[in-house]
Amino acid sequence: MFSAESQTRIDREIAKYPPDQRQSAVMAALAIVQDEKGWLASDTIDEVAGYLGMAPIAVYEVATFYAMYNLKPTGKHKITLCTNLPCALSGATVAAKHLKHKLGVEFNETTADGALTLKEGECMGACGDAPVLLVDNKRMCGWMTPEKLDQLIAELRK
Amino acid sequence: MSTVPFAPGIYGPDAILLKGLDGINWRLRDYEGRGGYAALRRILAEKIPQEQVIAEVRKSALRGRGGAGFPCGLKWSFMPRQYSGAKYLICNSDEGEPGTFKDRDLLRYNPHMVIEGMAIAAYAMGTAVGYNYIHGEIWEIYERFEEALEEARAAGYLGNAILGSDFSFQLHAHHGFGAYICGEETALLESIEGKKGQPRYKPPFPASYGLYGKPTTINNTETFAAVPWIMTHGGEAFLNLGRPNNGGTKIFSVSGDVERPGNYEVRLGTPFQKLLELAGGMRGGRRLKACIPGGSSMPVLPGEVMLATDLDYDSIARAGSMLGSGAVIIMDETRCMVRSLLRLSYFYFEESCGQCTPCREGTGWLYRMVKRIEHGEGRPEDLDLLDSVADNIQGRTICALGDAAALPVKSFLKHFRPEFEYHIEHKKCLVGPYL
Repeated sequence: MFSAESQTRIDREIAKYPPDQRQSAVMAALAIVQDEKGWLASDTIDEVAGYLGMAPIAVYEVATFYAMYNLKPTGKHKITLCTNLPCALSGATVAAKHLKHKLGVEFNETTADGALTLKEGECMGACGDAPVLLVDNKRMCGWMTPEKLDQLIAELRK
Repeated sequence: MSTVPFAPGIYGPDAILLKGLDGINWRLRDYEGRGGYAALRRILAEKIPQEQVIAEVRKSALRGRGGAGFPCGLKWSFMPRQYSGAKYLICNSDEGEPGTFKDRDLLRYNPHMVIEGMAIAAYAMGTAVGYNYIHGEIWEIYERFEEALEEARAAGYLGNAILGSDFSFQLHAHHGFGAYICGEETALLESIEGKKGQPRYKPPFPASYGLYGKPTTINNTETFAAVPWIMTHGGEAFLNLGRPNNGGTKIFSVSGDVERPGNYEVRLGTPFQKLLELAGGMRGGRRLKACIPGGSSMPVLPGEVMLATDLDYDSIARAGSMLGSGAVIIMDETRCMVRSLLRLSYFYFEESCGQCTPCREGTGWLYRMVKRIEHGEGRPEDLDLLDSVADNIQGRTICALGDAAALPVKSFLKHFRPEFEYHIEHKKCLVGPYL
């Protein structure tokens, strides 16, 4: 079961919607539980379904539809790099090559030491700061030159 | 998020929505210092009739800033004002159209302007509850918006009996979690309802059957942000900032091959050349080869056409594209158009929600064909086939994502066909690898 702290956070989300619409909080609830557990195992998804009074399949549909949910365990940290056209025009391809080379992985792979998972992302709505990446879904880093990527990798490996 | 201020004025001399912002003066007291919440105060104190607020917005010729350009005041007038049940107001901040990053700046540097705009809209349409749906990838901005909401509640600008009036409005933030399609308004409604973001058939339109089946109005972040200025200075003053049928200023997100990618707010009707100057000109002084003026879903235009175009809805339409969300993607002479289209085609393939067969299957066809052309495996008949597949997606799907996948393909082929032919014939690129 998820923690009391997660439950408090989920309850705060549920309160945003009409009393008969608890399932509106499902996206937030899955994100909160993912924060706690690192990824969404099927048991975890079932627990969220039970808590919100939803059919488990309805919660699976949501968890598999939205790209930021982790349906498998990831490394200790997840780096998602945008490679879409506006970012590619401003260095994202260089950033992708650099990350793959430094980490020794391709997209959707985790480093041998389990520290970092590398993902390819779609538009994050921050094209002016390209190259742009997300650390663990929540921390956005912009203007990621090879030097800044090296600093970030070192920080995340600590 | 950075806590280091930047020079106010980076958004251009004509800015009204982004005017005076320095990156750290986003809080309630800063916004009030810039005259914020005065419009809402006056409307409530003077009990200005709802119809008058809507009439003022209609007069302003404010058109939807999210991409469709639909007249805002007209949209508001569709809401059944006498309907006594629940009604909803939604702000669409699910900004994920490649090239677009303007709502992010509004929300992180001027969140109260969006809140005030929503409160005025809610008053005008008699709506008691609203949600701001924020793109999942900009989590820190979602958290900031929650903070701004707390400030507004504490100051009595949101909640019950706002500023002692009989108007109540509850506003909440809702976050996405990585699905481009949720920027489509009915997919967004499904998403708030806790489902997959798959668009609904229209009609019924949200004004009659929206969130939880109730009358709902959905506007883009920048559209709401313009409302306080309109109510303070009048619809006519806003209209006069731009051109007839194209009122006001517009934030253009400039990305790609310019010296200073970023947001620039200019009056509608401003020559494209002027925007290019604000963005520091072409990177390295190179030549403008191509420009997508309204976000990746809009048709690409050759550089020389763009250089002769003014930036407003009607001028860009005459030039053969659309203003869309105001995302201006700049490509210089070193860029390969096949490679560029390949990346966009992958995006639509990846983001198709899978509901309609022409889009689900067609986006895969488009992507695979452009891919084989790029990799020297294209066949001469592929170009006509690409066009044909695009034609068979366009207009045959529930929502506009199908069109959004088809339009880049058709326009890249229309304007840069020799480059595609060269790839097929010589099995290599005309301008060399870049991406």
